[in-house]
Order: sequence, then structure tokens, then C-alpha cells
Amino acid sequence: MVQTPSNPAQSTNRIGLTLADYKGAPSTLCDGCGHDAITSQIIKAFYELGIEPHQVAKLSGIGCSSKTPAYFLNRAHGFNSVHGRMPSVATGANMANKDLLLIGVSGDGDTASIGLGQFCHLVRRNLPMIYIVENNGVYGLTKGQFSATADIGSKAKGGKLNEYQPIDLCGLAIELGCGFVGRSFAGDPKQLMALLKAAASHKGTAVLDVISPCVTFNNHEGSTKSYKYAKEMETPLHELGYIPFYEQITVDYDPGSVQDVELHDGSHLRLKKLGKEYDPRNREMAMSTMLKAAEEKQFLTGLLFIDEKKPDFVNMMDLIEEPLSSLPESRTRPSKEALDKIMAELM
Amino acid sequence: MLYLSAFHHSRCYTLVRIALKQGIPIVKTLAADSVQKTEQGRVVNDFSIQVATVNGSGSQSSNNVLMRTIFQMGIPVSGKNLFPSNIAGLPTWFTIRVNKDGYIARKAETNILVAMNPQTAFEDVKALKPGAICISPVELKLNEVRSDIKHYQVPFTELAAKATETIKLRKLLTNMIYVGVVAELLNLDEKEIEKAVAGQFPGKAKVVPLNVNAINIGREWTRENLKKDDPYFIERMDKTAGKIIIDGNAAAALGSLFAGVTVVAWYPITPSSSLCETLIDYLHEYRVDENGKNTFAVVQAEDELAAVGMALGAGWAGARSMTSTSGPGISLMAEFVGFGYFTEIPTVIFDVQRVGPSTGMPTRTSQADLFSTYMLSHGDTKHIVLLPGSVAECFEFAGAAFDLAERFQTPVFVLTDLDLGMNNWMSDPFAYPTKPLDRGKVLNAEQLDKVGEFARYKDVDGDGIPYRTLPGTNHHLAPYFVRGSGHTEKATYTEKPEDYKNLMDRLERKFQTARKFVPQPEVHTEPKAKVGIIAFGSTHFAVYESRDQLKAANIPTSYYRVRALPFTEDLRKFVEAHDRVYVVEQNRDAQLRDLITLELPDMATKLHSIRHYTGLPVDAQFVTDEILKQEKK
Ligand SMILES: Cc1ncc(C[n+]2csc(CCOP(=O)(O)OP(=O)(O)O)c2C)c(N)n1
Ligand code: SF4
Repeated sequence: MVQTPSNPAQSTNRIGLTLADYKGAPSTLCDGCGHDAITSQIIKAFYELGIEPHQVAKLSGIGCSSKTPAYFLNRAHGFNSVHGRMPSVATGANMANKDLLLIGVSGDGDTASIGLGQFCHLVRRNLPMIYIVENNGVYGLTKGQFSATADIGSKAKGGKLNEYQPIDLCGLAIELGCGFVGRSFAGDPKQLMALLKAAASHKGTAVLDVISPCVTFNNHEGSTKSYKYAKEMETPLHELGYIPFYEQITVDYDPGSVQDVELHDGSHLRLKKLGKEYDPRNREMAMSTMLKAAEEKQFLTGLLFIDEKKPDFVNMMDLIEEPLSSLPESRTRPSKEALDKIMAELM
Repeated sequence: MLYLSAFHHSRCYTLVRIALKQGIPIVKTLAADSVQKTEQGRVVNDFSIQVATVNGSGSQSSNNVLMRTIFQMGIPVSGKNLFPSNIAGLPTWFTIRVNKDGYIARKAETNILVAMNPQTAFEDVKALKPGAICISPVELKLNEVRSDIKHYQVPFTELAAKATETIKLRKLLTNMIYVGVVAELLNLDEKEIEKAVAGQFPGKAKVVPLNVNAINIGREWTRENLKKDDPYFIERMDKTAGKIIIDGNAAAALGSLFAGVTVVAWYPITPSSSLCETLIDYLHEYRVDENGKNTFAVVQAEDELAAVGMALGAGWAGARSMTSTSGPGISLMAEFVGFGYFTEIPTVIFDVQRVGPSTGMPTRTSQADLFSTYMLSHGDTKHIVLLPGSVAECFEFAGAAFDLAERFQTPVFVLTDLDLGMNNWMSDPFAYPTKPLDRGKVLNAEQLDKVGEFARYKDVDGDGIPYRTLPGTNHHLAPYFVRGSGHTEKATYTEKPEDYKNLMDRLERKFQTARKFVPQPEVHTEPKAKVGIIAFGSTHFAVYESRDQLKAANIPTSYYRVRALPFTEDLRKFVEAHDRVYVVEQNRDAQLRDLITLELPDMATKLHSIRHYTGLPVDAQFVTDEILKQEKK
């Protein structure tokens, strides 16, 4: 059965909710902050996908970026955790209720510094969640210190040069075996939207590293995470289109230039290749392409790597159908006979 | 002469010496007891055996067989393993206390030493009291070290060679040979030994006869070559029928299992690891459904920060969640725990205490995390802390902890220690919980419909405990935002002074409510006692025994065993009712005494401190001696 695709122009989506139902509290971030642009795309993506807000749990660490879950999906439960350690909270939530759709928003300070360990282990366990890093190369909330993703040679607002090698979270995620790694730019709503939707359909950890300029502390001359710099240096790997599973897939007659990636729920991510051959399923190619781009001081955007078949954390735990949180006592407390048997063994 | 030597090394000796010095009359029962014990030169069912071996030599099995056999013969026993922080090669001691009266605390004095470790043999023998016995390999020539003790020298190497041709097995079987020697000297029942061996190696049909044979080789050699010349004997009793032997970590694991735990996140650390390891085994046995699917989830986290984060995430999402750790892990959890307190998320944290700091003495026991758990984290935080004093309470309080965590929507600590957690204790079997699980104030969609309103942090019932909803609840009122920042009753952001103060006051109100719900203290009052003793946790059995010793020395005592923090209301009454109150604990800084002082500042001068902080479990004699010393002042 083919369903009609959702259309943002209509007043309700396929589950009868309006765009307003996906909004959050008014943002208290600086005007023009890249994080707000990402928030808008999250709202739209979830609306267009027709996701039940109550099934979503939005989580974050600490930082300006980590404040953003308050600004979308008011009708979802939210959790602003401690600095850098949202991944563990998300893991626990998933263990308790695997039916929750988890979306985590973190900053580059939150993820690449204090939270690097938890980030790595989240990826290693392939926890099913969308993990967005709003990457501005600085600590916003603590007023402009360099983060571990700041490029070598980039300048802080006060003129200080960063001398350290940046941590490339996408490279790291691929290295760790992440099954979905994308990079985008807050100023590219269309691409971001396609990636967000695909991430929501991916089973396993979907890492999205989104360059999100900090207009207050990192949008100046010499910054490599400013709007201007990002726009100039961005090289999209491909044009992305996302096709939900309930939408009919049309055939594209230009072989060699279009590649469909089928996600676990039957939806598709359509990659339209521009220029060179880029196969996002090829890990080696992903790594070498990224390294080359980094040398050329370009940043690649698009779907960098995908492996749709990896077993995720929930599979590996071999859980019952129902969420653990919903189990009644009769299914979690063993019988008196069980205790008697154990006691007899200890006598 | 015999009478004198037996009396000399009886555990009452120090007591009597002090009593004499102080002019305290020695009560008849004490002397009579000693005489009775040595009747016809026999000390029956009241002594301790210490086996000194090398870590990693596989002696644990033999020691268990020895202990189990005595237990099966109806005599109360307790086992304590004193081991180094090392996998193989360093000295380790296992002590079996045999006590007809059922005292199961550590006994400091050794009556029978099995000196198998050349590295420590010299020191071990030197530490014995005159009249003790020492079983050792001939080649160690320990008889040259001490002439005032009874030596039984055994050609272990030779006998092990007889037991097996395989060189690799010899080391292991040597251990079984000493079991045989001890068994013959103490007159242990052969059938019971065989049963204990079978129990030690379940499902290993080949191993059992091999070990039994080694035991018999030791036994026969002893029968033919040694002449028993010591007062120690085992005689059957009927005091252990229906009792179990278990360690506190396994007991806590069982408590968690029967509390219906669903999410476990942990990070290995001695002495807590076996808690989750045992729990995992039980979960796989008892919590897999008919389709082979798990009704639980376990993760070995990357560290304690993550472990407690996962436990909180799961608690928030509606699971009964837990983690277990020891002191160093507790400090890493500090930030998250404060967050959990402030955002009101249930979870259970077991702290099996050891000696700190970081590396500290990981295989030695301590009760020094009382402050750090009670007030863990920054800012104004305090937590419910449960203090089990026995393996039975490890089981019971694990269950209570989950109920309290969900009832009070807060992290709850269960504080045990290495002695309780890793050593073997005799106990009555655990009772199946009679109360249904208390899942606390959770509103589902239907209930939300009925109430028509919901404010996450509102004190609806006046007990300080708000209502919560779980993520995934399909109702427009259900969602709220968990945040460590200042929040209103509706969980929205605020930095208004009065909002923050109201929230802090409600949390305090909730904490006060907890006083009525936590396990109440165990109180024994002696009608005329002027002296009170307060203790908590694993010191219980030493205090229990010490009270008998003190009574025998004419100092009747009352006893108040704290079983949880916050304190319950009757604490004041107890302190008021006594002239002097001794607070017994295993830490340097008198943490419990200080907490009581904070609670009852006007009673401060009545509180005296008995502190034991060597890393070894406190023994009754120590408590008795200390109290007698201070009473004399
Ligand atoms: C344990 C701890 N250490 C330090 C801080 C202070 N802190 C708050 S936000 C932040 C950095 C946030 O940077 P980033 O994650 O890049 O987010 P942004 O604000 O740039 O969006 C720091 C260090 C904290 N909240 N907690
Ligand atoms: S400081 Fe930077 S990151 Fe923070 S809100 Fe302002 S612009 Fe955004």
C-alpha cells in the first residue's frame, strides 16, 4: 500500500499533528546561533516523518547546544544531563524502554572533550539513537575557549591561535565502527533535513556532526567554523534526498549518478553523486576521502559512511518484546519456589 | 597444667587480665565456661583454624571443603579470606572460626595454623599464642622456630606425589592433603567430607574421587604417623540444620533479583565485582522468559561515571535499575548522584566498602564511606543509605533499596563492606518477600486523565514526594523536562530565589519523610545498663559477641544498631537513656559518631568512640578491651 507523502505545506502530518506540535520553548540562545537553525530542521524532520512525539526521548549534556532539546518537541520527554555524559543516560533509557526513539544533542566540547569516552562507547555499543554534535569549535556556554574540534591554526575571538590537532568526530566514529556517519552544516537546511530523516530511520547509532557557527565567539575572521568559512570550504559529497518508506520510489534514469541506500524500515536515502565516485559503504574510501579533504582544508558534507546491517545494542541484549519498564511484578520477581531452590543449594 | 595452657590461649584471656587489673570481679560463668571447654583436656567446637597459602594456589577449594564439612556436622562456622591484591604469588590466609555458641565474627587469635606458605611461615608461627598447634611441611622445620606450640610436621611433597602422577595437579592436591591431616586430627566425618567435595565441584565427576583420594592419603598418613596431642576436637552438633552459607555480595545479588531489578550497569572493582557477576548468573537462570528472551538488561559500563549514568537513565525511563561499586567508584559517581538527587530519579547504588584511597588496600575491609555516600556530591545533597549488618539483611535491604528508591524517587545507597560482601557467613535462609514491589508515585495515561493535571515537582500529598510520569506515556500532560538547573514545580527553567528555596525545602521534607520508611534500628535494651553501644553494618557480630563478654565482666550493655540513614527518631531516646554510649565503627575518623553528634549536638559528650581501622574485620575482643579501657577512665 502506498501512502501519500507528508507535506509540510499541509496543516497536519500523517498522524494528524501540526508543525506546532513539534515545537519547543522559545530559544534563549544568541540571535543567529547555528544551533537554532539545527533545531528548526529537527522540528521539521520529525513533523514530516510523522513521529509520535511521546515516543521520543530527547537528551543532551551541558552547553549551549545541549540546551536545545528544550526548544523542540515539547511533547516529548527531555533530559538535560551532566556535561559530556548524555550517552550513558541514553543507554540506560534504551535499556529500560527500547521503544523510545532517542535523539541526543551535544556540543563539540561536550562530546570531544569531557564526553569523548562515553561517545566512543555509545558508538561501540551501537546504541540506537540519533546523536547530533553541534560543532562550533568553541565552548559557547563558558565563553569562547577552544574545543578539541577546533582546527589547528584557527583563531579565537581574542586572537589566540589553536596549536593542537583537532579531533575529527566523524573519522573517529567511522574508525569505531559506527554504522551511520554524516556531516552537515547548519546553513544547509536541505541536506541537514535529509540526513536527519535518514538518521531517524537508521537502526543503531547515527552520528551527525553539524558545523554550527557560534556567532558570539566563533564567527570571526580566522575562525574555521564560521558561517563564511563553512560556506566557502564546504564540498557536498552528494545531493541527498530522503524517501520515507511509505512513499513510492521512482526510478531515476541516470545510472551511475544515483544510489539508493535502504534503511532498516524500508525507507531510502537517495544519494545523487556529484563528480567523483563516492561509495558511502566503503569504509576505506570514507577515511581516505576525509583525510584528503582535511589536508585541503575543506570539509566534506553528506553521508560519509553507512552500514545498515550492523546489529544494534537492542539486538545484542536479546530482550523481550515489551519494554522492560512496563513489566509487571509477576514477570520480574521470580517465584518462591525459585528462592527455595536457591536456598537449598546453599545449605 | 593443661587447664592453664588452655585457659591461657582462650579468647577470654585478655578480658580476664584486664578485669583483674581493674579489680573487676571475674564472673563465675566465664571461668566455668573455660573449665568446661577443657574438660579432660578437650576444647570442643570452639577454636579457629588458619590456613596460610600462596595466592593462586587453588587453596580456596580445600578451605571451603574444610569449612563446609564442619558446617555439615552441625557446628556453626564462619570463613574469612584474607587475600592480597594480586592474582598469584602473594600470601593469603583463610580463617575458619568454629564456634559452638554461634559467634561468627572474626577471631583475632589462631588456634590451629596450617602453615603452607614458606614466605610467611616464620611470621605466622611467631604470631601464635603458646599452646596453639601448627601443621606444616616437614622441610620448613618450623619446630625450630617455636618450642611452646604443638607441631605436626607432614611430608606434603611426598604425599602429593602419591596422590597423583601429574606434576601440574600436585600443587592443588597438596591442599587437599592438608584437609585430610586436619580432618584426622579433628576427627571429621568422612562421609561429610565426601559430600563437601562433591558440593565444591558440582558436575565434575572425575575431579571428586581425585580430591577425596588426596584427602584420604593425608588422613591415613596422619593416622599412622602422628600422635594427636592437642585439645581441639570437633563433635557433631545440631546447630546448622536448615542454615545456609553465603557471602554478602551473593545475598545482595539475590535481593536485587527478587526485587525485580531490570537494568544493571556496573564496572568491575574489588570487592564489589562478585555482586554483579553473581547477579548476572542468577538473571540468566531465573529471568529468561519462555521464548528465551531476557526480562533484564545488563551492561558492563566503561567506567563508574557511565555506570551510574546508565542506572539513572534507566531509572528515569521506568526500570528498576542499579549499579554496584566501591569507594573509588563512588567518588567518580559524585556529580551524577547529586544530579539524581536534585532531579529526583530512582536508582540503587551498592557500595561494598574497602580501604581507600584509589588503590588503597582493595582487599581489606573498611566502613569509611559513610560520610561520602550520605552526602555525596556538590551543593546541598543527602541520601538514603541502608546499612545491612548481616547477609540476611544484604538480601532484605537490597529489596528495600529498590522500593525506597522508587518511593522517594532518589538514588539510594546500600553500604556493605568487604568483610560482609566477600566472606562466607552462616545464616538462616532468606525469607521470600511478602510485600509487593513499591513502584512509587507514577502516573500513567489513565491516571493523568483522571487527575487532569500534572506538575512534576509539586508536593501534592504534603510528604515532599511528587508524582512522576515515564517517558513514552501517551498523554499530553505526561512529558516534562529533566534538568539539573533550577526548576519550577512544572519542571520549567527558573532561577527565581523563591522557586529554588521551595524546591530545596521540599527535598528536605521528602528526606524527613524517609526517616519513617527506612529500615528501623535494631535495639536491645538491658534494664540496668548504663552503657550503650551503637554500631552499624558488619561490626554487628563482633559487637554482639562483645556484649556477652562485657556482661560476663559485669558490664551490661544496651545495643542500638543503626540500619539506615537518615537516623530514625528513637536515636535520641537511646542516647538519653545511657550514661555513656560507645560508637563502634571501622574507620579512623569516627564518622558514625560524628553524624550522631550532628543529629544530637546536645548529647555529644556522651558519645565515645571505638574505632578499628587496620583493614581487618574487627573482632569481639577488641571491642571488649576498648570499652573496658575507657570504662576504667
Ligand atoms: C563537570 C563540568 N565541567 C565543566 C562545566 C562547564 N561547562 C559548561 S558548558 C561547557 C562547554 C560547552 O561547550 P560545547 O559542548 O562545545 O557546547 P556549546 O556551548 O559550544 O554549544 C563547559 C566546560 C560543567 N557544566 N560541568
Ligand atoms: S554563545 Fe555561541 S553557541 Fe552559545 S548561544 Fe551564543 S552563538 Fe550559540
